[in-house]
Amino acid sequence: MSFLDFQRVIVNSLKSLRKNKSRSFLTMLGIIIGVASVILIMSLGAGAQSLILNQVETFGANLVSVTPGKTEKNEPPASVMGIVITTLTYEDYEAILNKSRMPDLKAVAALTSGNNSLSWRDNTYEATLTGTTASYIDIYGGEVEKGRFFNKEEEKNLAKVLVLGSKVKQELFGDSDALGQKVKINKQFFEVIGVMKERGQVMFSDFDGQAMIPVRTAQKLVLGINHLNFISAKVNDGADTQKVMEDLGVLMRERHDITNQSGESDDFTIKNAAEAIDMLRTITDALKYFLAVMAALSLLVGGIGIMNIMFISVNERVREIGLRKAVGAKNSNIIWQFLLEAMVLTVIGGIIGIISGVVLSFLVSLVINFLGYDWSFAVSFSSIAVAIITSAAIGLIFGYYPARRASRLSPVEALSYE
Amino acid sequence: MLIQIKNLVKDYQTDDLVTPVLHGVSFDIAEGEFVSIMGPSGSGKSTLMHILGLLDRPTTGSYKLAGHEVSGLNDDELAAYRNKKIGFVFQAFNLLPRTTVLENVELPLFYSEDHRNTRERATKVLESVGLGHRLDYHTNKISGGEKQRVAIARALVNDPAIIFADEPTGNLDSKSGIQIMEILQKLNDEGKTIILVTHETATAEHARRIIQLKDGHIISDRQIQHRRRAQDSESLK
Repeated sequence: MSFLDFQRVIVNSLKSLRKNKSRSFLTMLGIIIGVASVILIMSLGAGAQSLILNQVETFGANLVSVTPGKTEKNEPPASVMGIVITTLTYEDYEAILNKSRMPDLKAVAALTSGNNSLSWRDNTYEATLTGTTASYIDIYGGEVEKGRFFNKEEEKNLAKVLVLGSKVKQELFGDSDALGQKVKINKQFFEVIGVMKERGQVMFSDFDGQAMIPVRTAQKLVLGINHLNFISAKVNDGADTQKVMEDLGVLMRERHDITNQSGESDDFTIKNAAEAIDMLRTITDALKYFLAVMAALSLLVGGIGIMNIMFISVNERVREIGLRKAVGAKNSNIIWQFLLEAMVLTVIGGIIGIISGVVLSFLVSLVINFLGYDWSFAVSFSSIAVAIITSAAIGLIFGYYPARRASRLSPVEALSYE
Repeated sequence: MLIQIKNLVKDYQTDDLVTPVLHGVSFDIAEGEFVSIMGPSGSGKSTLMHILGLLDRPTTGSYKLAGHEVSGLNDDELAAYRNKKIGFVFQAFNLLPRTTVLENVELPLFYSEDHRNTRERATKVLESVGLGHRLDYHTNKISGGEKQRVAIARALVNDPAIIFADEPTGNLDSKSGIQIMEILQKLNDEGKTIILVTHETATAEHARRIIQLKDGHIISDRQIQHRRRAQDSESLK
């Protein structure tokens, strides 16, 4: 077929589709919904991914963490599974602080946490009680809105001082001033010395819902434990993060009397944010493609609808097929006529689907941004290309069988068909 | 000879049952003839026309069209022959619905190799059958007689060697029927070979030769000395 024929066949099929407007639209609906959901899901997936990754990156890729217990690469730490491992201690933290051993660390913070109820007068609030070091803000960010954070002195001498997240402050004190007030935790009174500024959700952590006390105080006086959940350290700009992690490993093995330097008998895990980003990317990619495949299944259903309508169309036009053959149409002409009609249907459906998908994705991103998340609207060129190719392919695949049946009609029988 | 058929046999096979329709039919048709094939329904005249028009193949026998054996051609070769050599006019018009008169006449050109000036060529044949004023009408908006004239224009547009007319007046009132026969006679006067299939004697007598079929055999094949002239007819009946 020459290009001109092609053009004419397409114009013809557009005409015949226009003549059956509502039927054509209903047939296309399956394709429209399928394509729109693929686009929407790919876009939402990309948005969610960038949201998560951005949050990790706000902590900086130069953050190195030590967690207790050995973890395989790309697996979540054991503590996520609810396993309590007690091998990481405050003494480890102090050893890491040693500048002569770890010269490339800018700041180090230790963390231990549990849920405790805090009460002031008649108000009680269940908060995440975080025991940490004076260096907390250097590592995790955040700002003190009122008062101050606790200092090194207070960290070491079991001071009963308390810094409140904005939500905890609001729940316990409402609008009244919290500074200098005594809050009861575990039958002991802690003095509020600072209130943090509101931060919102960052990295799945509710920073506003936690209350912070010095780590030693938390271990000895409140939780009655001797271990840490976490040690985090910031690597100096320009320093080799990989080298720092190796040095940290050597230091930790030395402290824990582990002679095997391969890492196989470690009772701790050293990770940096870059690894966490990789892991999250793997997880979110898998999720994104899984959902896209689910959406693509609806395209299959749409394709069956196309096949159905093409059979109806062939049946309605048996006499027309007979006539076309009588005036010289070859079997291939008839195949192309119906195939192109199916493809025109699916490609138009695909284009409408892409437009709806993009518009929907945009609206969703508006809503999410309105809710205060830093959500980027992105529709990848590849997802559009995939949608167009898929819908044309569906037209081709599901249009072929009806088209072939049409082409095989005998002209005599077709002409006398009632 | 334009058409030479020898011992043409056509059987229809359904399951285990073989139904013979044509039992060894032979005749020649020269270029420029106007032949009526007559017979009651079931006589095999439609089957014969389908085979002569290359819409169907004989079971056995020979069919030479313009000197070429065509009984063994495949679907695509037959389609090409139909496109170039043959024009059909059917009882039921068989125009494409929801398309214009002009587009219907352009249709055979669409399947031919020569795509030049399709619009001009289609317009010209439509003017020759007196439908120059209906080019852009949709086919459901014109009268039966006009529909059959569109069909004739469609049959003529590729300048075929033979026109097959299968009961062309069967769906028309007598006045329109006369007009159609007049056009066919005029075409024949200009040299076109025409094969008319009908069961009505009055219609058949517009030809110069009548072949009568019965039960798949030729029972008579005669020349008409004074053919009926459509211009003189009041009615076909």
